[in-house]
Amino acid sequence: MNLNRYKEALFKPLIDENPITLQILGICSALAVTNNLTVTLVMCVALTSVCAFSNLFISLIRNHIPSSIRIIVQMTIIASLVIVVDELLKAYDYETSKKLSVFVGLIITNCIVMGRAEAFAMKEKPLLSFFDGLGNGLGYSVILIGVATIRELFGAGTLMGHEILPLVSNGGWYMANNLLLLPPSSFIIIGLFIWAIRSYKPSQVEEDDFALSKHQTSEDLTKRELNV
Amino acid sequence: MFEHYLNIFITTVFIENIALSVFLGMCTFLAISKKIDAAIGLGIAVIVVCLITVPLNNLIFNYVLRDGALAWAGLPDTNLEFVELISYIGVIAAAVQILEMFLDKYVPALYNALGVFLPLITVNCAILGASLFMVEKDLMFGESVVYGLGAGFGWAMAIVILAGIREKLKYSDIPEGLKGLGATFIIVGLMSFGFMSFGGISL
Repeated sequence: MNLNRYKEALFKPLIDENPITLQILGICSALAVTNNLTVTLVMCVALTSVCAFSNLFISLIRNHIPSSIRIIVQMTIIASLVIVVDELLKAYDYETSKKLSVFVGLIITNCIVMGRAEAFAMKEKPLLSFFDGLGNGLGYSVILIGVATIRELFGAGTLMGHEILPLVSNGGWYMANNLLLLPPSSFIIIGLFIWAIRSYKPSQVEEDDFALSKHQTSEDLTKRELNV
Repeated sequence: MFEHYLNIFITTVFIENIALSVFLGMCTFLAISKKIDAAIGLGIAVIVVCLITVPLNNLIFNYVLRDGALAWAGLPDTNLEFVELISYIGVIAAAVQILEMFLDKYVPALYNALGVFLPLITVNCAILGASLFMVEKDLMFGESVVYGLGAGFGWAMAIVILAGIREKLKYSDIPEGLKGLGATFIIVGLMSFGFMSFGGISL
């Protein structure tokens, strides 16, 4: 029992190894469900629980899975969990479930769940895998909640349906920025998030594909030309 | 007749582009768009797989899963729609596997060109998404062939355009933190705004 490893598995994916901004996983749903904070929160809870429990169950049986059929076994576990979440949502929060429609089903093909199962749960102990799944789900949630807050607050002047910035059309002072409610704007907001995180953690900055040659003074140039 | 099919094709490629209007297949779209060559290879693979799996899933939906579809087998009251997702994923995984073996045996040149992209496609949600939209639109078999081709072609076109832009941007002076992924997100956002201008067209 090494507490530090659990802490690492839980907190590292929040910023240091964020699934969306660094690992490029699970982006599709990040774009489509973020124009309303309530819907986003439900989606985050759904994904985090699926991710944590799929990691736990896959890790529990990891020594019994033949490697040639592991993808199918993982898919089956993930799909069953998604169906459970979907049915629960339909039973207790039908309205939100309607709004999320396809995207709950698409958690099956969400690459965060699959990626963590393959990269972590197949190798590590159950409890540790559970925390890794939880951490990655939370990392996804942090970005999604951030994007949804910006989009709903400045796009519609509300948060979770409550009025925060009174709109001009309702006799208030805030002119809503409808551009933010359009889906493409979430790309740009995530892009800016990545910029912020990488300015804070410069180690995540990507290397250039090319190297700049050293600056040469005119004297060097003539010398080099003479040598040639 | 021909005009009807052409309309479906144009609508799928431009107005409802699967990458830039519906945002499916984004993970591979962002990760494998650094080089035009790779983007073209992946694009062709997606076109081929879409063209095969969408009509296949259309047949499965219409003759097995749909409410009352099993009437030909003497089971008029059976509705198997709840296993939709899992059967589509199964069909896609199987189709990709068979295609891979087929190409390896008979068209090795194309197989080598596609390389690692073929197996990657199983987990690409654009493929599953195309099948789900096919069901939602309630297409006939002939239409689903055109829809599959259009969906694959639209995705391929989008990734090749993005790769072209990224190659051009390689030497530009982007702020440190925005290099790579950050800039790509913003480019895709702008491209997507651009594609919204097709939205008003109705065919």
